[in-house]
Amino acid sequence: MAFLIRTIDYTAAGREIVRDRVAALTSLTVGRAAECDIHLPDLAVEQQHVRIESLPDGTLAVTALGTLGFTLDGRVVSEGVIDPRTGGEIALGAARLAVAREADGSIAITIRQVAAEEGKSDALRGFALASVLPSKRAMSWVFASAILLLLLAIPVASHLLRTPVKNDPTGKTPGQVVLDAAWTSGEMSLKHRSLENNCESCHVAAFESVQDETCVSCHKDTGDHAAMPRLAKGSPELSPGDAVQWRIAQGLGKEGPLGCVSCHSEHEGPVRQKAGGEAFCSDCHKDLGTRLTDTKLTAAHDFGKAHPQFRPAYFASFGAAKPVRAAVGAKPVERSGLKFPHNVHMDARGGAARMAVSLGQYGKPLECKDCHSPTADKASFTEVKMEDACEGCHSLVSGRTAIGGFSKLRHGDVKDLAEDLARISTGPRVRIGPVRQRPGQLGSASPYRADFGRPVRAYIGLSNALSAGGVCTECHLPTTGPTGQADLMPVNLPDRFLTSGYFNHEAHSREKCSDCHAAGTSKAASDLLIPDLKSCRTCHLGATAVKTKKIVPSDCAMCHAYHVPSGQWQGLKPPKGPSPHYKPPPAKTAVAAKLAKARP
Amino acid sequence: MASRAGGGAKNRFTADEKRRDSDHVSFLKHRGFRWLWIALGLSLLATAGYLLIDQEPRPNGGTWYGYTLGTIGFGLIVWLSLLGVRKRRANPGAWSLKAWTSAHVYLGLSLAVVGTLHTGFQIGWNVHTLAYVLMLLVIVTGIYGVVVYAALPASLSANSREMTRAQMLDALTAIDRQLESAAQPLARSEADLVIAALAQDVFGGSAIARLTGRYPRCATARALTGMGSGSEAEQRVAALLEKRREQLTQIRGALRIRAMLEVWLFVHVPLTIALIAALTAHVISVFYYW
Repeated sequence: MAFLIRTIDYTAAGREIVRDRVAALTSLTVGRAAECDIHLPDLAVEQQHVRIESLPDGTLAVTALGTLGFTLDGRVVSEGVIDPRTGGEIALGAARLAVAREADGSIAITIRQVAAEEGKSDALRGFALASVLPSKRAMSWVFASAILLLLLAIPVASHLLRTPVKNDPTGKTPGQVVLDAAWTSGEMSLKHRSLENNCESCHVAAFESVQDETCVSCHKDTGDHAAMPRLAKGSPELSPGDAVQWRIAQGLGKEGPLGCVSCHSEHEGPVRQKAGGEAFCSDCHKDLGTRLTDTKLTAAHDFGKAHPQFRPAYFASFGAAKPVRAAVGAKPVERSGLKFPHNVHMDARGGAARMAVSLGQYGKPLECKDCHSPTADKASFTEVKMEDACEGCHSLVSGRTAIGGFSKLRHGDVKDLAEDLARISTGPRVRIGPVRQRPGQLGSASPYRADFGRPVRAYIGLSNALSAGGVCTECHLPTTGPTGQADLMPVNLPDRFLTSGYFNHEAHSREKCSDCHAAGTSKAASDLLIPDLKSCRTCHLGATAVKTKKIVPSDCAMCHAYHVPSGQWQGLKPPKGPSPHYKPPPAKTAVAAKLAKARP
Repeated sequence: MASRAGGGAKNRFTADEKRRDSDHVSFLKHRGFRWLWIALGLSLLATAGYLLIDQEPRPNGGTWYGYTLGTIGFGLIVWLSLLGVRKRRANPGAWSLKAWTSAHVYLGLSLAVVGTLHTGFQIGWNVHTLAYVLMLLVIVTGIYGVVVYAALPASLSANSREMTRAQMLDALTAIDRQLESAAQPLARSEADLVIAALAQDVFGGSAIARLTGRYPRCATARALTGMGSGSEAEQRVAALLEKRREQLTQIRGALRIRAMLEVWLFVHVPLTIALIAALTAHVISVFYYW
């Protein structure tokens, strides 16, 4: 067995010096000692460091001779085996002994020196993940600057540099501030959705909460519940916690508990403003009189337990310009100027019913809806028109027209009636039946005709019609005008009886009219047929009542609205177009008021 | 007097013992999970407040309770991010880095509760939710970090098999030197395969390759498949390439575990800074458009 020991050295100029020698041994010692077979002058190497021994199976056993191990193929061991066909490398100090089998079967040990630890710490850095990823610091800078620029600097700059414009109530004007959509804390309510892209329409100044004047710049028509000082005086003391909160909030420029936004909170999603609960109203109204000593409002906090009796508006005297509200406990006598016994018309076996049965347009006894037709929103009823509701029976037909129709007296104005009656008396009489005409007869359709009689008959006719027993006084009350002439009492009915609350007839369509309105037994038009509190309470009790098949727990908002007390609360209905939040009640006009204006 | 002195000495001994013991207690168990209890208390308090306090018109960041939670959350975020400053400073005294880290972990977890309640569960495409999502990402990566710090170091030392990283590289170099001389008799094409294998940087793989441990373009593996087994030289080179692949597998195992130990920081830290930026934008924007 022979080892070929090849030592590779370098000259100072870097030239390689290769020395070969053959050691015909079966085992070699390696160490610093001069007598070793392979002598390594390196202090890191032991005197006798390892033995390399040829084994019978052709492999080489490498054994440390001292306590210090050696590095075999990069691993520190104290003994190891090298298969010369694959080869191996022993590291001792700076020397690297590469063991390999030569082509001729001998085993070559090539010794070369390596420069110690060259760039090792640099190489170790490659183990860190940082060597293949962008630096954390760079990423931080990029992310943070992108966020600060896009989501802060640009919106703030464009808000400060914009030209403020007047608010557009239609909400069609887009906003000028760039990228502030990213600032929204939630979707706008359904009514303000059009403002979604125009934040500065409400957020006018930087670091200032939304101000009431900004709201009012569009909502000019929204009524105040009461004037602000009265509201403040009527409100109960805030709880200590709320007081502290509001003091802080007002110190920072918030409008206070009576400001718009304290109730109308925005960015809560596509919803409608919810009605305040019973407590919202009763907080003030349960004992309003203790704070607002001059209030006319009675304390109220629960419809079933504490709610004042209704005081419907009605005309208390004939021809009054304004309706008055009924006193609590009084039995109002309505002076509408009409004669109308509901019981006669509603009696299914009476004369009115008979007449209705005989008429094609009814065909059966009269019902409420034959005269009272609901408004378009089915909430209330339209004015009863004589021509539509009464004339089917109470005919004003005065004769036949030339073309075969009927002429009739006009209704509504005594002057018109007088003209129509005069025409009956002076105009050509139209024959009721077909009669042969003879030539030259007086009153024919020739131009040579005249009625030289005095117009007395016309006056008599008018006087008859207007006086007791006349055609007009079937329904109207006779009176005399300012100059003593015969006249009729003007008809006065308020458009709305319950003026401080809201009642929806459609919501009660399952009830019969007579369940609430005692029309069937009313003998005179002077009966005010508005139901009282007790009749409502058969179904409606306060919000805390237990809901049953019959009992409906009812909070204040079912009948009252905050900004317009008699307005309709629309919170529960799907929104339709740009309608206002509240539907204001119709203007309180009455026929008498109109007539009073029309007459000189 | 003597007894007092003796008692003092004893106290000092127990104190020293305690300190020495505590050196070996995980930061998670620091002082009997003190910060875990504090964080749990904070979370429960915040949740109870959220459930019991009537927030009008609905719970969100704009009610007084929302502002309170927001302030707590803001303070927590700023303090949690200061761990990066604290760990770079060798402070003496009560500012124990272990306590700080323990608190960082547990208070960071309770921040998820405080932050979520602060949102009032109102989520949208806006700067506020951006800050919230960034916060959650930072917390989630932090949880990952705690888990891998607890689980992976054991497998890291199992993988190393008592070799240091330098030794692993040395072993590879040793194999490479032998490969170089063993490959001398090879033909051109085989020699090229060996050159490619030797030239490929052991750290050259992408971050994804490191994390998955898959190197589909490994030149050593390719050289092994391309190497014939006809001549003795080829067999020898193949054997060396096999050794090289094994060594690479160990190094790559170390790289993989190391990458899994470190990767979360590459999300955690930049997103923390991004979170602070988003938080600034969130706070300013909320009061700008008040």
